[in-house]
Amino acid sequence: MSERKLILITGRTTHQGVGISSGKHLEEYQTATNVVQFSPADMQRFGLHDDDMVRLKTIYGTATVKCRSADLPEGLAFLAFGPAANQLVGGETHASGMPDSKGFEIELEVLSA
Amino acid sequence: MTRIINGEIYDPQNGIYGEVRDIYMKDGAITAEDPGPGGQTIDAAGMVVMPGGVDMHCHIAGPKVNVARKMRPEDHRGNMLPRTPITRSGTGGSVPSTFATGYRYAVMGYTTAFDAAVPPLAARHAHEELNDTPMIDKGFFVLMGNNEFIMQRIAAGEKQQVRDFAAWLLQATKAYAIKLVNPGGVELWKFLGNAHSIDDEVTGFGVTPRQIIQSLADASLDLGLPHRVHIHCNNLGVAGNWETTLDTMKALEGRRGHLTHLQFHSYGGEPGGLFHSKTADLVEYVNSHPNLSVDVGQVMFGDTTSMTGDGPLGYLLHQVTGRKWVNVDVENEEGCGIVPIEYKDKSYVHTTQWAIGLEWFLMMQDPWRIALTTDHPNGASFMMYPRIIRLLMDREFRKEMMQKVNQKALAETALPDLDREYSLGEIAIITRAAPARLLGLDHKGHLGVGADADITIYDKDEDKEKMFSSPRYVIKGGEVLVEDGHIREEVFGRTFYVNPSYDPDIEAKIQEYFDKYYTVRFENYPVQLEHYLPRHEVVACSA
Amino acid sequence: MLYEHVVCAFCGCVCDDIDVTVEDGRITQAKNACVLGKAWFLDHGKPTDLPAVRIDGQAASLEEGIDAAASLLARSHYPIIYGLSSTSCEAQRQAVALAEVLGGCIDCCTSVCHGPSGMAVQGVGEPTCTLGEVKNRANLVIYWGSNPAESHPRHMTRYAVTSRGMFTPNGRKDRTVVLVDVRPSPSSRAADIQLTVRPGKDFELLWALRALVQGQKVEESSLADTGVTLEQLVDLAGRMKSCRFGVLFVGQGLTQSRGKHMNLTAAFLLVRDLNRTTKFALMPMRGHGNVTGVDNVLAWQTGYPFGVNFSRGCPRFNPGEFTMVDVLRRGEADAVLSVASDPVASLPNSARRRLADVPVVAIDTHDSETTRIARVVFMAATAGIGVEGTAYRMDNVPLHLSKVLPTPYPSDEEILSRLLARVKEMKP
Repeated sequence: MSERKLILITGRTTHQGVGISSGKHLEEYQTATNVVQFSPADMQRFGLHDDDMVRLKTIYGTATVKCRSADLPEGLAFLAFGPAANQLVGGETHASGMPDSKGFEIELEVLSA
Repeated sequence: MTRIINGEIYDPQNGIYGEVRDIYMKDGAITAEDPGPGGQTIDAAGMVVMPGGVDMHCHIAGPKVNVARKMRPEDHRGNMLPRTPITRSGTGGSVPSTFATGYRYAVMGYTTAFDAAVPPLAARHAHEELNDTPMIDKGFFVLMGNNEFIMQRIAAGEKQQVRDFAAWLLQATKAYAIKLVNPGGVELWKFLGNAHSIDDEVTGFGVTPRQIIQSLADASLDLGLPHRVHIHCNNLGVAGNWETTLDTMKALEGRRGHLTHLQFHSYGGEPGGLFHSKTADLVEYVNSHPNLSVDVGQVMFGDTTSMTGDGPLGYLLHQVTGRKWVNVDVENEEGCGIVPIEYKDKSYVHTTQWAIGLEWFLMMQDPWRIALTTDHPNGASFMMYPRIIRLLMDREFRKEMMQKVNQKALAETALPDLDREYSLGEIAIITRAAPARLLGLDHKGHLGVGADADITIYDKDEDKEKMFSSPRYVIKGGEVLVEDGHIREEVFGRTFYVNPSYDPDIEAKIQEYFDKYYTVRFENYPVQLEHYLPRHEVVACSA
Repeated sequence: MLYEHVVCAFCGCVCDDIDVTVEDGRITQAKNACVLGKAWFLDHGKPTDLPAVRIDGQAASLEEGIDAAASLLARSHYPIIYGLSSTSCEAQRQAVALAEVLGGCIDCCTSVCHGPSGMAVQGVGEPTCTLGEVKNRANLVIYWGSNPAESHPRHMTRYAVTSRGMFTPNGRKDRTVVLVDVRPSPSSRAADIQLTVRPGKDFELLWALRALVQGQKVEESSLADTGVTLEQLVDLAGRMKSCRFGVLFVGQGLTQSRGKHMNLTAAFLLVRDLNRTTKFALMPMRGHGNVTGVDNVLAWQTGYPFGVNFSRGCPRFNPGEFTMVDVLRRGEADAVLSVASDPVASLPNSARRRLADVPVVAIDTHDSETTRIARVVFMAATAGIGVEGTAYRMDNVPLHLSKVLPTPYPSDEEILSRLLARVKEMKP
């Protein structure tokens, strides 16, 4: 794995789930779905601090989000389901109906550190 | 529809066997007199007229049926019903979609069917499916043979509480009758065990299948349920199980009881080994005990789906066939097993099963205590009924079919020596009059004054399979629903349920039990009548 | 006004013990509900001044809305109806009928949540149980690829971990809890054992576990890529074989990762194998409140649980062909009816793009990304708050949803049945 590449997992979080009912336009949901989490080691490796902006890229699209340190294995990134995650997930379902929403490669670009 | 004239009537309940008579109807029921000029007339000259068919034991609605649908896309492909201006689309196979189920029963001349095994916790689901099952009147039996509350009450010697609980549960689920499936055995299966005789103890509960059978037979009688206790015995499908079946019959000690799909319970031999027919011994007992009635659960060759409340049986079939397996254990109540199965005419075991079913039909003396079933879809689809009728009515056809099966197995059965041929009157008994009577449905299964105007009119044909698979007219509630195999009108029938009374003091005890062991609250458990049974009819209890 | 033991239809737990307080026409309290349930009751109970119907952003009458939506749909050649996981079975039944008359596709959120689990059932079956069996009996509880603390906050307390039952009188103390996931999550603190699997290696790990359960030899080297050691896996296999009643809850960590239905097939086969020696069940952690219901309605009406097509007049099923993401991504759908769902906000970009190009009709209880782009928008009463109905819990247990608040909006069921009637007039 090259130094700027990570594996992204998208998934549920409490705030993302609350936002489904409370309103996706609300700040709580926007915040919850626009923060990518990295391991402390990766944060350090990329010279990142909490709330720094990063751009995540896949062959399908890009998303600009804040980053935050979290208890994750090195090389893994986590982003809540939401509009940012949707930019990165491909639409190919390999004849299953299900896109690859978890465990795909992303490239990282540091915007502000 | 107002009158059917010149038809040959088969109405065994009223002692009519082939007389040419006219039948009148008004407001959905049979009347004595012609309601007057006008109205539609069917001239049934040269045709056979019977009450609509009644299936007293099939699996057509509820969770296990639906899991079987979800599990088997291969069962639906190539068997599809397109939408028409009158009917909804659907898929067929051994487990048809709800619409297809209703249409196919109606096109075959059946107008009433009962699902035989609904776990109480899923009663709402069964009613939802029945609401989407058109054409037929319907209902279901609710599973009680492994209910932990009941077992605890039996162990405590609280006979009255068993009765009250059974009544409460029937009301809560809007069910029609009490059903036992492998009593005690399904509870044991929840920790991988099973009951191997009616005197095995149910671990943790201190009761035996015998006590469960007797207690719920008593409850059925005390509550005056229109259909007495409906029993799927322990050890289904196991070699040597005929003794368990006989023990179950004896355990009833003269109480009324219905033993279902007896073909699967009439096996001699040693557990784990090959089995042979013990039909003769069991038939002899049933013939001489008028408190007992049976249905057959005939096996027919081909691919079908086994679905049962008998969880350990499902696992056994999975081990035998190696095919995909669904098991669902339902909290405090029941279980379920589903496995696809193909009955092969060259198989020793399957031939034996096929022959045993036919032995039951041909050896039972009293047709009023035996009903035609395939335990749909376990032995075969209900779509096989016309072929079974031909096997019973046509000795030559039967012999022809016998040539195709495993000869070694066949030779071990009495089937080659049985020459009996059913008459049209006897067919009318085992396919409508007897099941209606055994169900306690006074207005079904006959054409007397006041009966529902559910009538099937057949063109006569030497080929009885052809005759019974495509009736000329099917009338329900006085309306022509099917003509020459085509559906003319879609209707949604009624759901039958019972409303036995009970001492309300039991509710506090049930609620306490729910608080401890259920994940659904007591208050949210009972089925809302008007919402889930929009077209319902209470059948009165005699107590 | 206090309504006791109300059913919450937000997530697949479908808890039925919520005490809802209504004051001055709004819900002020939802006792016993989790954070997600509270948000659902309190926010769906808020008064709103949104018009019941909008056509191109302008308020319209229900009649006009039905007319406009029906003609959009009736004119289309390949419409798809999508969503349905957050509405009642009564509405779902109407939606299937509408798809049939339109001759289009119908798909539900299942295809992007546990469709792969449904496909695994079709392959190998499913040994499962209701949640009460877990409560009463399970002494080994495994969550794989699931984070119930955030996705189903009461799952562990009400059903699977701390709850007490007939053979688990001491609740939590009677159980061992194992979490298998690619990362530590907020659920980790509830677990006795956590195994961290590398992303995309679930199948390999499950297959190795199967081998161990069957008593076969597994080389340490074959586990090298999985992130889990042989020692850890041998320990887990031993616990699985020796427990009295085990349960494996499978989450989207399996369905949405490489392997998809094959991951689930491996999990299902593992549990099937375990039943040779002990009682073991599995259950998909279904997400939305009635996503299990829509699978059931589709199955009983068509024979298939999701991704159904009616172009030939009868139901056909093919995941990857008739499923929402595929039908959009390939640019096939020429009209979309979204019911109680927000595909614009929840689908991958490549599928979502198509939604901007074709007419969309949206029925929902509140504004969303999808209602914002829809040509015709119907505001509907929330099933379980503004209207009665039926919802199925993740274990297929059906519950009755009640009405606790008056609403100015019609139900999904009513809107759909009126649409159906109108489309039938246009397209007999």
